[in-house]
Amino acid sequence: MIHFVLLISRQGKVRLTKWYSPYSQKERTKVIRELSGVILTRGPKLCNFVEWRGYKVVYKRYASLYFCMCIDQDDNELEVLEIIHHFVEILDRYFGSVCELDLIFNFHKAYYVLDELLIAGELQESSKKTVARLIAAQDSLVETAKEEASSISNIIAQATK
Amino acid sequence: MGSSIMDSLFQRSLEDLIKGIRLNLLTEPTFISKSTDDIRREIKSTDLHTKSVALQKLTYLSALYGLDMSWAAFHVVELMSSSAFAHKKIAYLAAAHSFHAATDVSLLTTHQFRKDLNSANPFEVSLALHCFSIIATPHLARELTPEIFTLLSSSKPSIGKKAVAVILRVFSQYPDAARVCFKRLVENLESSDPHTLSAAMGVFCELAVKDPKSYLPLAPEFYRILVDSRNNWVLIKAVKIFGKLAPLEPRLAMRVVEPICEYMRKTGAKSLMFECVRTVVTSLAEYESAVKLAVVKIRELLVDDDSNLKYLGLQALTVVAPKHLWAVLENKEVVIKSLSDADPNIKLESLRILMVMVSERNVAEISRVLVNYAIKSDPEFCNEILGSILSACSRNVYEIIEDFDWYVSLLGEMSRIPHCQKGEEIEHQLIDIGMRVKDARLQLVRVGRDLLIDPALLGNPFLHRILSAAAWVSGEYVEFSKNPFELMEALLQPRISLLPPSIRAVYVQSAFKVLIFCLHSYLFYRETIACSPSSPDNFVSESKCPGSDSAIVAADCQQDEVFNPRASNQSFEDASTEDVEDITVTHAQIPNSASLGKDGFTHESIGNLLNLIEVALGPLSGSREVEIQERARNVLGLIELIKQELPGLVKKEGNFEREGLKFPKIIELMHDAFSKELGPVAANAQERVPIPDGLILRENLGDLEMICGNDQLPTSSSFSFGIPHSKEKVGLPQSKGESSEASTESTSLLAEHRKLHGLYYLPSEKNDVSNDYPPANDPKLQDNLNDDAKDLVKLTEQSLLQKKKPNHAKPRPVVVKLDEGDEAPIAAKKLELKEDLLSGAVRDVLLGNEAVSTSQSNLTDKSSSKRRGKEKLNTDHPSGPKEVLGDVGNPNMGNPSSRRSKHHGHGKERRHRSPRKKEKEREENGQKDKQKSSHRHNRHKSRQRAEGPNNVVTQTPLIPDFLL
Repeated sequence: MIHFVLLISRQGKVRLTKWYSPYSQKERTKVIRELSGVILTRGPKLCNFVEWRGYKVVYKRYASLYFCMCIDQDDNELEVLEIIHHFVEILDRYFGSVCELDLIFNFHKAYYVLDELLIAGELQESSKKTVARLIAAQDSLVETAKEEASSISNIIAQATK
Repeated sequence: MGSSIMDSLFQRSLEDLIKGIRLNLLTEPTFISKSTDDIRREIKSTDLHTKSVALQKLTYLSALYGLDMSWAAFHVVELMSSSAFAHKKIAYLAAAHSFHAATDVSLLTTHQFRKDLNSANPFEVSLALHCFSIIATPHLARELTPEIFTLLSSSKPSIGKKAVAVILRVFSQYPDAARVCFKRLVENLESSDPHTLSAAMGVFCELAVKDPKSYLPLAPEFYRILVDSRNNWVLIKAVKIFGKLAPLEPRLAMRVVEPICEYMRKTGAKSLMFECVRTVVTSLAEYESAVKLAVVKIRELLVDDDSNLKYLGLQALTVVAPKHLWAVLENKEVVIKSLSDADPNIKLESLRILMVMVSERNVAEISRVLVNYAIKSDPEFCNEILGSILSACSRNVYEIIEDFDWYVSLLGEMSRIPHCQKGEEIEHQLIDIGMRVKDARLQLVRVGRDLLIDPALLGNPFLHRILSAAAWVSGEYVEFSKNPFELMEALLQPRISLLPPSIRAVYVQSAFKVLIFCLHSYLFYRETIACSPSSPDNFVSESKCPGSDSAIVAADCQQDEVFNPRASNQSFEDASTEDVEDITVTHAQIPNSASLGKDGFTHESIGNLLNLIEVALGPLSGSREVEIQERARNVLGLIELIKQELPGLVKKEGNFEREGLKFPKIIELMHDAFSKELGPVAANAQERVPIPDGLILRENLGDLEMICGNDQLPTSSSFSFGIPHSKEKVGLPQSKGESSEASTESTSLLAEHRKLHGLYYLPSEKNDVSNDYPPANDPKLQDNLNDDAKDLVKLTEQSLLQKKKPNHAKPRPVVVKLDEGDEAPIAAKKLELKEDLLSGAVRDVLLGNEAVSTSQSNLTDKSSSKRRGKEKLNTDHPSGPKEVLGDVGNPNMGNPSSRRSKHHGHGKERRHRSPRKKEKEREENGQKDKQKSSHRHNRHKSRQRAEGPNNVVTQTPLIPDFLL
């Protein structure tokens, strides 16, 4: 299974972290520091797999962003590379030629996209179209709720209740 | 109230926060802490919108900047109960991110989870499932099992697949859930929805990795999926599952090998192809044709330009290598070329393969090639190479080493590689070989001497451990030394001040041993000349290895060799001129034209030796390090004693007698004490020491730890007295007045020292790093590396293809091995309790036994498995290997926690038997099956009741026959 997903920029800035196995906040920080040290220093054209603490980390660089996923020793690396690519394609479709800024300003949306792709560290949906449809439906749900909530009269009504 | 409105109206949104962080790059920490203060205020707002925005910002900061948000857990729970989907979404994301096992408020979420899992809105269900899959605790899992159970057969595939995926987490937290949910999970294997099927296979794949045995009964289902599915994601999981199951059941392996090979041949997806390759090489390695095909595929991967495929190809080759060496030989050019790949990971893999190939006939060649390669590599890889060589050669007590002289020289050579950081391992091996292999001692002493006399090496802190070993070996086996005087000078050279104190202590002790040896030889040689000149061999019999030829040779050398004081003097001068500040040595004391006897042990040389030691150790007797101080004083004390009596000795020259002299006796006794053979000690030796009566061992040593503080006890692998050599005089004369008093004193002192040896070899901090560390080799690397790689290919071509065993000039020397094993027994890895519980629950369900039968002994388990074997014979047409199935299928029946009952077999297969399987089976034995299929749609329980009494007839094999 996938233990965690990390998105790290070339400068070492973390753009997304998702943990499917329990890690304390301290461990998380340590993992991120260790892995960005290992992965960001690897040159281009090298293989996309890194052995790390008895696990394997599969990473791939898209533009300025490194997508990393940590898997078990006997998991299939190529499969995970495909999952990463899949994720990027879905993001691309959702944001319309995605770039790092999209993820920076829509960090929660990136999470929801990831949630539609993976669950409990396993791939759950391999169809890009389905993911796009589900995300769109959720977005509209959120939008209607937001419109209700953000109208000033609503706020005042709530506050003076 | 007012502030609440203000908060709501003028709250920073998440976007504001992100922009703010980007604008305040330099003062990021202050900005973040300021924002956190805002969030702390806002999150308390009664307005849920304000609260949700605050929580979202907090989640953002926590996820990307590692901010602690455990304090907000209660607010998360509050927001989860909001009716607005947007709030819920934020709250669930925050919970999934921040809750962990110790979050106590997660108890409060139970109700909310239940509500959302039952919600009519699929998105809410999905949110809850996602969050639950990450933060489930045993409590939550137990409470929510019914909800998950319902969702498993949800009419909406998008929910069903998520519920299936979540079940893995439920099982891991609450194994008993398997009793409720497992059947329904299995039903999902027949789901028409590809994603549900994929999720179910994902779950089974994870489960089978942990405990393959329990899922063997489901093999028919998996087989159907393996053959029928067209979905690569699913196929990868199916292949992986069979990779785990096949080793448990040979006939299953026979069955799946063909479909797997088929996929390997035909699939266009590299991931599936590679999964097949990996499964074949790990689990189906005895199927020759499959392995051949896999190796062809590996070759394709290896020559691919994609470094990923190359890397994976090398990995697969590493797996295949131990059983099928030919596969590596076929690809050796690629492997060796990969040694100079740009990617360190690929280099490492190819190194691993090379090390797998090492055997006694090519170890010398491969090591030579690799050591040459290491010299030119970057420091990191260089040490990887050295580490691999060291571990491969020492594997199983130097199993593959035939020629220890060669190996010891190699160790010496490795020590001199500039980047070498394997000091600890080399130190260990030098000493270990010394103790285990008598025939290697001569060479060890030679190598040790070369290391000790080189003053440049003392400046490299990585080498200190090796020097320590060299000093110890030289002292312990000094009788093999060609020139003890030279050795003494090396041990006392001024530059040893660069060494850490613990190692200097070893040097001093070794010098002590050398001194005793010299004095003893001097005295004894005279004695033999005087008393029995006809039998010079007595000299040898006193030494440590009376039986070994090389000892005699060495001793003879010692006598025949013309001792050249000039050389040693020269080296000493070199050493001292490099570092004069510490100790001023009077070179003049060493006579250039001393009239040396045949053996070098003349009166003058001994005198000079004593002077040298006195000068060198004098300053050390005031050392602050007690180890050094104590040892130096011991030596100096002895010298003082000797000096008093030496003139007397000289006078008697010619007709040597011991009358009235104490020190020859002391020397003899000390020499005896030093001559005791040190042997390797088993790692578990300490356990076998009986506990003395009246000794109370406490369970909890917590208070002891407090008392002991930082004191370190010698490790169990330290040295101790071996079994005294048979020919040695061990017993000490106790009735000899003052001499015996002195001797007991000295031997007990020595015994203490020996005991302490363990301490000296404990790791010590390398604090005194000197500036004159030998420079690293110039990185001329990259250009030459490729040429080197070509050379490597050529070189190994010969070595690897060499089929016949080279004739060894000499037989392999005896290597001392301990009966009880040299490694500490590794405690059997205990399975986690939960895993056991889960397997138990799964088996109960699979094997149709709902009632929990508690503990079951091995005996009943065995008998039940046997019975199964027999019963199979009854139900199906008889065939030979059936009996085997019962045993092989349950290799770990002894597991006490398995709750398999005697009647486990009933109907379990039938429960999970797919119609398709039925059809097949029907073809084989139709009559019986007709009866069975009539029961097919009955409820499990009733079937069991009906079949209970005549279980002998209806018991079915673990795996239906068609598969086997």
